[in-house]
Amino acid sequence: MDFLIFQVPMLMVQASLDGILLGILFALIAYGMALQWGVMNIINIAQGDLVILGGYIAYTMYLAGIHPAWGVIVSPIIMYFVGWALYKLVINKVVDRDLFISILATFGIAIVFQQLMNFIFGADVVVAQSEYGTTMLFDNSVTLPNSKIFSAFVSLAYAVALVIYMKKSKLGRAIRATAQNARAAKILGVDTEKVYAATFGINAALCGIAGALISITLTLHPYVGLPYTVRSFMIVIVAGLGNLPAVAVSGMGLGLFEEFADYILGTEFRIGAVFMLLVFILVYRRFKLSKKREYLK
Amino acid sequence: MEKVKQKDLILYSGLIILGLAAPYLFSAFKVQLTYLCVLIVLAMTWNLQGGEMGYNSFGNILFYGLGMYLTASVQVGMFFPLAEWTESGGEKTFVHTTAQYFQGIGVGLLVAAIIPALVAGAIGYAILGLRGHYFAICTLGLGIAAGEIAGGIEIIGAGQGFTTPPFPAEIVDPEARGKFFYFTSFIVLVLAFIFVKYIYGSRFRLILNAIRDNEDKAEAMGIQTMKYKIVGWMVSAFFCGLAGGIMGGLIGYIDSTDVAFDGREMGVFMVLMAILGGKGTLWGPIIGATLFHFFKEGLWTFILGWQYVALGVLIVVIVIYFPEGLMGWLREKYPERFGEVIDEKDRKSQVELK
Repeated sequence: MDFLIFQVPMLMVQASLDGILLGILFALIAYGMALQWGVMNIINIAQGDLVILGGYIAYTMYLAGIHPAWGVIVSPIIMYFVGWALYKLVINKVVDRDLFISILATFGIAIVFQQLMNFIFGADVVVAQSEYGTTMLFDNSVTLPNSKIFSAFVSLAYAVALVIYMKKSKLGRAIRATAQNARAAKILGVDTEKVYAATFGINAALCGIAGALISITLTLHPYVGLPYTVRSFMIVIVAGLGNLPAVAVSGMGLGLFEEFADYILGTEFRIGAVFMLLVFILVYRRFKLSKKREYLK
Repeated sequence: MEKVKQKDLILYSGLIILGLAAPYLFSAFKVQLTYLCVLIVLAMTWNLQGGEMGYNSFGNILFYGLGMYLTASVQVGMFFPLAEWTESGGEKTFVHTTAQYFQGIGVGLLVAAIIPALVAGAIGYAILGLRGHYFAICTLGLGIAAGEIAGGIEIIGAGQGFTTPPFPAEIVDPEARGKFFYFTSFIVLVLAFIFVKYIYGSRFRLILNAIRDNEDKAEAMGIQTMKYKIVGWMVSAFFCGLAGGIMGGLIGYIDSTDVAFDGREMGVFMVLMAILGGKGTLWGPIIGATLFHFFKEGLWTFILGWQYVALGVLIVVIVIYFPEGLMGWLREKYPERFGEVIDEKDRKSQVELK
């Protein structure tokens, strides 16, 4: 094999570290998707576009002279209300309906978001400079931007905080009750409509955090939302709904896969590889289940 | 097959005459008319799985793009080295003679119909085992992956695109190009309609409907559902490939993600048109496509730049408020026109359960 990555072992370390740090970020987005999927039974194709919108909020702060890292606090607050408004406008009409309707409706939202972001922020690839510098490891043969380490830690902190919040708070309990049985929760006095709105808001807020982190670690562009949706979808179907450690692990796995695919297949096939992986995972699961005469449902 | 009624005969002959006369009547709109034919073909064949079989595919764009690349590649590759053609970009180092052009596009369209159908057959067993939204997401992934991968393959132009052979310069009539593509697409449309109409009168459609309504029960009744699902998908792929081939020649330039595997436009359009007209009806997708095309062409130029916003809003509104489409709405309103007999007493006595 004449691939560069197999000749230079340090590149493997580089790709692995990059992949894991990136994967934690993906896991955060996937957690939001698992949350809304589990609670409201909708698949949100606009997930990735919410992420990108969150990133643009941080980028706007950067343009205004504020350090973009503050975006991880400001962006989720704004995105919570964006998510809440989106729920009140559209999503509340697709909850409890055929999943295909939610897919198509959120696809429509995704198109609107993409185009609006294209108008407001322009079609250029942008990045918010965090100026955190880089860490050199192993005799300067592995470079690690500090912003990536920062983003991984922030993601972890938010994920832990959210888990505790879901376990302890009243709203968290209501959300979990609604996820288990919406009708029973309603009978017992849970305002499910509020719970749904809050869930979608929390999901959007998670996307906002992830977006702010992406704005300083990766790049932003109005049309790159869909790959993030697909990544989070993939992580969720591998990990299952509501299994947080598995979400984290499969997120890191996906990050690793992507970095290695990047080196081995070439950067131009990176997104293609992600989408093909989705197809392969689904087909693999389908064959595995069909042995038991079951199917993905 | 049942006998064609006299009323239908008048309708069909009227439509065919209208179709044949259209490029002469509206000679400035030949390109739009070709688009319309292609859109109707796409909507009608999407409806075969989306509406009749209940497998909502976002991935039929895969076959459309495949057909587009195949037609152009065959048309060039039959006479000239393909790699050099794409490398030279738009420059006219190689020129097709008239005979070569038509031979090439003829063979190309044939290939563009057969290969996508075979591809659908080959991947059908794996993909069609998924159900519901998993199928939808999986096909969405397939369509986008195809676009990304095609954008990295050198021989078909990679990221810089593929210029399809220009219409032969020896034909001096300036109308000829438009007419040629219009009539090709019209023929494909008529073929597709006859085929779909035939399916609508056959047992095949009943099986597809059984799969949509309850696949497990259909299987329990002894229907080999997988076989029928694959055949249904192959029919769609066949016509999607043809449609793609024609569009490639008409547009004259193929880009991997913006023209061929254009999930953001064509891929959504075909779903939207079928839903707009009414899923699971013969005329629904045709009416939906026509309405959508008029709406699009009428509105696009006035709201330039905002068309995607309008498209997104349109999708949301249609999906949320009119999931049954135009035909579904008509059916609700005038059930007796659709051959449904409703006992008034029975209807009134039914209490709606919620």
